[in-house]
Formats: sequence, C-alpha cells, structure tokens
Amino acid sequence: MATTQTFGGGVHPHEIGNGKDSTKSQPIVNAAAPARVTIAMSQHLGAPAACCVKVGQVVNMGQVIGEAQGAISAPVHASVSGKVVALTTCTITGGKSVPAVVIDNDYEDRWDESVKPCENIDALTPEDIRRIARDCGVVGLGGAVFPAAVKLDTSKLDPKPDTLVVNGSECEPYLTSDHRMMVENAEQIIDGIRFAMKATGVKCAKVGIEDNKPDAIEAMRAAATENIEIVALPAKYPQGYEKMLIYALTGRRVPNRALPSAVQCVVINVSTCAALSAAVREGKPIIDRVVTVAGRVAKPCNLRVRIGVPLLDVLDQVGGMTEGVRKLIVGGPMMGKTIPDLNVPVTKSFSGFLALGDESVNTEESACIRCGRCLRACPMGLAPAKMDSLVRHGDYQGALNIGALNCMECGSCTYVCPAKRELLQAIRVAKAVGGRIKGM
Amino acid sequence: MSKYIVSASPHLRDHVSTRSIMQDVCIAMLPACIAGVLFFGYRAAVILALSVLTAVLSEKFYCKAAHIKDTTGDFSAVVTGMLLAMNLPSTVPYWMPVIGSAIAILLCKMIFGGIGQNFINPALAARAILALSWASLMNTFAAPAFGNLAGVDAIASATPVSGAARGGFTLAQLALGNIPGTIGETCKIALLVGAAYLLYRKVISWHIPVAFIGSFALCYLIATGFDVNATLYQVLSGGLILGAFFMATDYSSSPATSKGKIVFGLGCGLLLFWFRFGKKTPAEWCSFAILLMNVVSPLIERVTGSKSFGEVKK
Ligand code: SF4
Ligand code: SF4
Repeated sequence: MATTQTFGGGVHPHEIGNGKDSTKSQPIVNAAAPARVTIAMSQHLGAPAACCVKVGQVVNMGQVIGEAQGAISAPVHASVSGKVVALTTCTITGGKSVPAVVIDNDYEDRWDESVKPCENIDALTPEDIRRIARDCGVVGLGGAVFPAAVKLDTSKLDPKPDTLVVNGSECEPYLTSDHRMMVENAEQIIDGIRFAMKATGVKCAKVGIEDNKPDAIEAMRAAATENIEIVALPAKYPQGYEKMLIYALTGRRVPNRALPSAVQCVVINVSTCAALSAAVREGKPIIDRVVTVAGRVAKPCNLRVRIGVPLLDVLDQVGGMTEGVRKLIVGGPMMGKTIPDLNVPVTKSFSGFLALGDESVNTEESACIRCGRCLRACPMGLAPAKMDSLVRHGDYQGALNIGALNCMECGSCTYVCPAKRELLQAIRVAKAVGGRIKGM
Repeated sequence: MSKYIVSASPHLRDHVSTRSIMQDVCIAMLPACIAGVLFFGYRAAVILALSVLTAVLSEKFYCKAAHIKDTTGDFSAVVTGMLLAMNLPSTVPYWMPVIGSAIAILLCKMIFGGIGQNFINPALAARAILALSWASLMNTFAAPAFGNLAGVDAIASATPVSGAARGGFTLAQLALGNIPGTIGETCKIALLVGAAYLLYRKVISWHIPVAFIGSFALCYLIATGFDVNATLYQVLSGGLILGAFFMATDYSSSPATSKGKIVFGLGCGLLLFWFRFGKKTPAEWCSFAILLMNVVSPLIERVTGSKSFGEVKK
C-alpha cells in the first residue's frame, strides 16, 4: 500500500494525549433518563423545524415533534415519552435563542408506532434510504449537523462522486466519542457506510482513522466488508477537516471555496453512519447521541444521552465539575463553542462537553515576533500574521485579498502563536466585513 | 452575568511563548559564552554582563519614557545583549558594550516599534556602528589562553580570517576556539551544540543556516579548485557559524517563509564569499553580509509568497 500522504501544516496539540486518555478506554455508558427534556427545533444546519405538538399533548418516544421545513432541514423527534408541558425558547450553542418543546418524561419509554424495523432491506432503493435518513432526522454528528439526506443526494451532481470519505479521525483533543463508537459499534458503522454507498451510488469507501486509535482501526478492519478500506492517518490536527481528509485519503485537493463534490467525494462521519444504520434497519430516529464529557469533571466518560437533556443533568451523571472551571465548551477545544451556563440542552451537535480551566483562557496578547509559526501551521497555506496585521490596521479588503475567505477557522494559527495573538479572531472580523461588502 | 467565560475558539494554546523562545536562544548561546570566558578571561564575562544589563535597562527606560508596557519580561533584550557581547573582542574598553547595547536596543529596535518590527538585527547593526566608529578598538583581539581567567595580555594582531594570519591555525584549533576572535565566535563546537539545541527545540529551522553555509562553502570549493581543507578553514573561521545559526535566523529581520529563508541564506552566503574571497581586508564581513540581506528581506518575503491549499493549478 502506498504511504499515506497528509496535508502540510497542522499542529500537534499536546493535550491530544492528556485530554483523550481519561475517556478513550472506557466503554460508553447509557445515561439515566432525564425527568424533563427541552428539545430545540433547530438542531441542524438549514431551516429550523416547525413545532407540530401542543401543550398538554402526550407524545411517544421517537414521535415527530418538529417538521422539516424546506429542502435543507431535518425533523425533530421526542427523545422521551411523556407530556408536552411548554413551548418555549432555549439557548443553543453559539448563543442563539430558538423555539423548543419541553416534555416531562413518564419513564415508560414508549416507542412511537412509526418506529419499526424495515422488513425488506434489500429492496430499498437509494431514494428510500435518503427518505429514511430525512424522516429519522439523521444529520452529521461530527458537529456540523448537516442533514444527511441532502448530503447523500447525488442525483444532481455531475460528475458523479466516486468515493465515500468516512471521517473517523477525531482529531480534536479530548474528544473520544467517535473513537468509542468505532471500538464498540464497528459493525453498525460499516453497515451504515454500506447504506451511504448505496444511497450515493458510490462504489468505494475509505475510512480515515488517526493512528493514535489502534483499537478503533483494528475493530473497523475486522468489520469492514468489500470495497471499504480502513486507512490509518498520522495523528495531527485538523486531520478530520473535510478538505484535509479528502486529500489524505484520495490525494485530491478541493479547490478554494468549493465543496467535496467538486472532487467527486462525499464525506460522512462514522457516528453518522451508525445512526444511519439504526434508522434504516430499525426505523430509529435520532433521539440520543454519545457525548464525551471531559476536562474538569469528577468522572470523565462517554455518555449516551437523550437529546434535550440540560447539561446540568448530564454533569450530575459524571459527579459534577471539579475546581477551577473557567469555560464551558461544546465540541472540541479547537473548534468548539463556549456556552454561558449549564441550562443549555443537549442537541445533535454535541460531540463533546468540556469544562476547562485556566488552560483554556488566553493570556495577554503581545507583539508578533515574526516567527512564522502561524504560517507553517496553517493547513490552508494562508498567512495569518499578515491578515492579522492588516485587519488591525483596518485594511479588511487587504486581508480578503490574501485569502481570508479561504480560512476554515481551524484555529491552528492561534494555537501555535507564541505571542498569544488572537489571529483567527482577526480573520473572522475580515470575513464578516467581507460578507457585508458582498451583501451590499 | 455568567461566571463562565464566553469566547471564540480555539480554547487551547501551545506552551511555547515569546519568552520561552527567547530563553531557549539564551540557553543555546551559553556554551559559546562560557567558552569565550574560558579562552579570554574575566574581561569577557564583564563585557557580557554589561552588555546584557544595558540592553535590559535601555528597554525598560524606553518603555517608561514612551509610556508603553514594559516588555523586558520577554527576554528578547537579553538575547540582543548577549549577541552583541559575543560579537565584541574581549579587549574593548568597558564603555563599548554599554554604548553598543544602548544603540542596539534604542536606535535599532525600540524606535521601530520594538520586537518584531525592526527590519535589521539590532545586535548586528550596533556592532557595525561600533566597528565603523572605532575600527581599531574593534579589531584588536586577545590571544586565547585556556583557563587563564585572570585575563590575557598578549595581543594578537590578526584573526584567522584576516589576511596576515590566514592559514596560520589548524582546523582543530578553529573548531575548539583557541584562536583570536570575538568573545562568542571562536568555539565552533560550543556554537554547534547551541545550534543543535535550537533546531531540536524548533526555535530555528535548517533553511537559513544550511543555505548560508552551504552556498558559501560551495563557492569556495569551486573557486579553490575543490580544496576541501581551505574551504573548511574558511567555514570555521570568523563569525560564519555564529552568524548563520544565531544572527541570520533572527525572526524580525529574515523572511518567514521557507522558500524565502533559503533565498535569504543563499544571499548571505554569496555576499560573504564575495567579501571574503581573495581579499586582504582585516574586517569580519559576516555581519555585513547578513545586514545587507536584512534590508532586502521584506522584498524576498513578498516574492516568495506561498500558494494556498486549494489554489487551482492553471
Ligand atoms: S488562518 Fe484559518 S485555516 Fe489557517 S490556521 Fe488559522 S484558522 Fe486555520
Ligand atoms: S505565530 Fe504569532 S508571533 Fe509568530 S509570526 Fe504568527 S502572529 Fe507572529
């Protein structure tokens, strides 16, 4: 086999080891069912779902409570059986306030009648699989929450994709939920990959897994079937970013501001594949997900939690937080978002929940020493220091001219900067201004 | 208000800081400084101390006078002070490192806006100013006497590079450093140990030193009809090793891109060859070669800009 290529740049956060070690060898634990869930109507990329239940209504587990709106959207399902007690709003990651349905759990875990196993798997057409993915609210569980049904629809693409790129790299420090899924549910993931291949009409799949997860690679290799190749990749951040992963697995470079389809690839995450398999075989919508809970918590672990559980309840299951927590982060420490308090309910985008202390708080910025570290770290080949300096002098157009819009916001530049400069933040400013210029 | 911090990603930072980098540079220069003291006696130690002290105090003074944050905690002034002293002969009067350091920090660094903003290497620029102002003082070298800390009186008239004594030393002497020269440039073994440390700690990359020394050596080889001994002699004499690893690699005054670094190193090597080959000038031209390249460094960086990941080949 040819040696695996990898992208230039990237970083090796030392926390990859430290952060992942606390959870990577523990089996996934099913969290206790919560007394009450608050389910956001916007858990996916695209138009929010429209609420279709009333206060006082009794709902079953897996019943649709929010209907998909428009082409890029996904329905939302009840994650417990019980009574709808309120239609309110809740804060989700990113600080947005969105409509939500509050359900009191009756602890009966009564499945809705719509949830039933598929009788004739082999008779399913690609359209059937996409319809199931949509009806079951399957979205990208790596964190991007893009509706799977849209991604798997290759009917309008020309040329047709020829490779399904499956993301098992999990390059973010601390996170191990995909890792544990691969170790424990390799067969289900492979099954999902096969459905994804069928839905997209793609003949070969390549699964990229960082070589710091030998047990996951082994489990996946044992489960893999024909035309599914498991590839060990060098562990470095951001290996799991779409464009980097495609390059590592196929040698193809996605052009700036283009989508994976431009190089005939479809990218899907391993946990999404597992959810797809459950949806197709058992008719199960996404009502729960695995969340890595780590950092300053008493018992770091991977928990399978219901969608809509407030983080406060999740923390109860891991013995609460320990001393010195300064930031609450949803997702990984490199690209994750902070949340202001623990009332935020779990949504489909929660790949991890981290309580971090002083290590996550930046010290004062100092002058750029022109060391070139940001330049070498940038996987997109950009010049972060230059964009930073242009933006700080008010020259947003200058920053846009040297490629600010190609920045994928991986944060590698900010991570390595010895002067602790907020490089990515400056680039975000340029991008925001750029968006406004274009909009006018 | 929430008691938790809300901020944008990333939420982790590398441990490497400006301060840790500058401290690494100091550590890397220590062996050569110690060797200098061992060869040239206590005067070398006093000059080093005065130079570092003045550099730090000058920066403190400037920050106070300009009402800006005191930046001496980043150790970059210590680096400049050490570098300047390493570039002085041990015979200079004690006011020399004081004036030199003050010039380096105030006129060549802070006035441009401090760390990262100076387009020339402050220590080198100060050394050049001293060399032009007090040429004879700057070209009086003590003969080394290992372990004679009380000081060395014998005055050597020439260094290995300068015309008269060219060829007068063995390669072993050049490597060990018991030759006349500035405080920090003579012991190549100590310098290379320090350079290895900097490379290992990824403070510097190989591009500039390899391009610099490589291009110089190659030219010399060709010019001398592949006289390996003569070439080695040239590589190991004067300030080339010190310059290539510790001065040409200065972040502020050299290109940040890899391609740019190679062009920069090549330029330094070719200039030094041109300055040194066949000439009988007593001055050490290494620092002038680097200074000249410092000036064109921004230009080099501009023309060697790299291509982004998704740029489509035309
Ligand atoms: S400039 Fe953008 S793409 Fe490059 S390292 Fe920084 S955040 Fe990542
Ligand atoms: S990493 Fe920081 S200090 Fe180094 S060049 Fe980039 S912005 Fe400047």
